Amino acid sequence: MAEILTKSRARNIFYGGSLFFVVVFIGLTINSHRYVVNVSTAGMPLTPAVALGKHVWERHSCINCHTLHGEGAYFAPELGNVMTRWGVLDDPQTAYEVLDGWMAAQPSGIEGRRQMPHFTITDEEMRGLAEFLRWADQTDTQGWPPTDAG
Amino acid sequence: MKYQSQKVALAYFLVAMGLFGIQVLGGLLAGWIYVSPNTLSTVLPFNIIRMIHTNALIVWLLLGFFGAAYYLVPEESEREIWSVKLAYLQLAILVIGTLGAVGSYLVGIHGGREFLEQPLWVKFGILVAAVIFLVNISLTVLAGRKTAITNVLLTGLWLLALLWIFSFINPDNLSLDKMYWWFIVHLWVEGTWELVMAAILAFLMLKLTGVDREVIEKWLYVIVATALFSGILGTGHHFYWIGLPSYWQWTGSIFSAFEVVPFFGMMSFAFIMVWKGRRNHPNKAALLWALGSATVAFFGAGVWGFLHTFHGVNFYTHGTQITAAHGHLSFYGAYVAMNLAIITYAMPQLRQRAPYNQVMNMISFWLMTGGMAFMTFVLTFAGTIQTHMQRVVGQNYMDVQDQLVLFYLMRFGAGIAVVLGALLFIYSQLVVRRELIAPASSGPVAEDAA
Ligand code: HEM
Ligand SMILES: [Fe+2]
Repeated sequence: MAEILTKSRARNIFYGGSLFFVVVFIGLTINSHRYVVNVSTAGMPLTPAVALGKHVWERHSCINCHTLHGEGAYFAPELGNVMTRWGVLDDPQTAYEVLDGWMAAQPSGIEGRRQMPHFTITDEEMRGLAEFLRWADQTDTQGWPPTDAG
Repeated sequence: MKYQSQKVALAYFLVAMGLFGIQVLGGLLAGWIYVSPNTLSTVLPFNIIRMIHTNALIVWLLLGFFGAAYYLVPEESEREIWSVKLAYLQLAILVIGTLGAVGSYLVGIHGGREFLEQPLWVKFGILVAAVIFLVNISLTVLAGRKTAITNVLLTGLWLLALLWIFSFINPDNLSLDKMYWWFIVHLWVEGTWELVMAAILAFLMLKLTGVDREVIEKWLYVIVATALFSGILGTGHHFYWIGLPSYWQWTGSIFSAFEVVPFFGMMSFAFIMVWKGRRNHPNKAALLWALGSATVAFFGAGVWGFLHTFHGVNFYTHGTQITAAHGHLSFYGAYVAMNLAIITYAMPQLRQRAPYNQVMNMISFWLMTGGMAFMTFVLTFAGTIQTHMQRVVGQNYMDVQDQLVLFYLMRFGAGIAVVLGALLFIYSQLVVRRELIAPASSGPVAEDAA
């Protein structure tokens, strides 16, 4: 690459090429943003309860043990499809009750088993959390995860 | 040390090393909880410990980059830093922010986006510190000699600070949240940080091998071009399963496959420069870290990234211990080791204690690198079993985890080696002042081999 590729040519290729890819990326981002809003997550309305549930999820940093759509920590089960696993995806009331029961039973205190902390969560927040997990579960994730085990 | 203001770097490196210690101790504790899950479970749950582990890592790597910039920019630009006071003010803001974040985490106040858990005021503090830094460094560079190394370094640092804006954008729509979250996480480690890494590597090669600047800087532009050409659209490898369009499956697969190229480039570059170079610089430990970093980054980011980047593979491995294996070796090789390389290079000058004590430092390299390699292997084995049992057979997550105990035990052992190496490294930088063995007198030392 001695003479054809001089330093200043290499520099121009770097700046010019990068700019090109940034522009393409921004275009695809706009398209993806619209797709998420109008298609992949449109199956269930993003209600105030769902938004509240997301804040509850964040406030307790569930992501630093669990994965959600495969992202997060790998210490505890995937929760993007937990409502499917529990068979309550289409049943808000049972979803809330099962989740509430699960959370109340933590920490299990079983020796040698990974522990989930106890969280102080109001009824309204718990309903939101269940709605949030149902909302996440109905997202079109291109067929992921491969099995219900998550 | 040619310029007085380079001294600023010392303070940055000291804080960085302190956080490095906290990071690896936090990691060791988290690793122990995998082995003995009831440890501290009601006092200090796993999620808090992991937050401290990952946040300490990110902050100390950034502090290292800032320190590296304050060290090398004066030499490249041939002038003092624009304002030493601002540089210390920036550090003070970052230290207060870090202490504030750790304190908040311990009392249960934190956000819930992975790696971005800092309270809002800390995020603003980071932004302010970044702006101070960019102004300070940019004014220094603009007033002085412009080199490819400072061009690339500044491009990387400006862009990474710009991307930080996305830490304030958190849509209620989870899929959008995830998409914009990757703008920081992926475009940092597989884009802007690569620019910083390549610039530091180029600086070290310039100093350690004595190869002609023209040659080094041409390599540098080619490497960073391949990094951004592959890495920007390579972001798509995180967009397969989070609710984004299906075209990301082939876009992400194709472009991210090419992300191996810059890492292969950096490794080849480092070795070729060393072979070509005539200079026999006495700081052998810095050379070891620089070559080691480029090599381990190639394996951790390049090879282990490639391993699960195609969507057909990622469908099964996504979010398993395979991901953890890759995350560990890539961060270590590319960013931890490159930071330790520039620290190893700069410290003797900053503390005026050349000729160099290198034995301990080199032992710490092998301890840490060996430990990280072993950890990566056992996590990869664990991840392979997990992928098969959970994603193919469909066995329940917790049941599969119960079968992986042996691997987690070995991971903990590897973690001990890494922690010992890290502590030894810090000790060798801070305490040891005299030569342990006489330096081998092999060949002439170029007179400007600073
Ligand atoms: C030094 C550079 C790199 C670093 C520091 C790094 C680090 C990481 C980390 C920490 C994660 C996990 C993120 C999370 O979900 O929490 C990750 C995921 C991933 N990385 Fe990298 N990476 C690097 C380079 C690469 C390269 C070059 C490739 C591809 C060739 C790659 C492919 C991937 C893929 C496919 C995932 C997603 C894994 C999954 O689906 O769970 N990485 N990386
Ligand atoms: Fe990535």
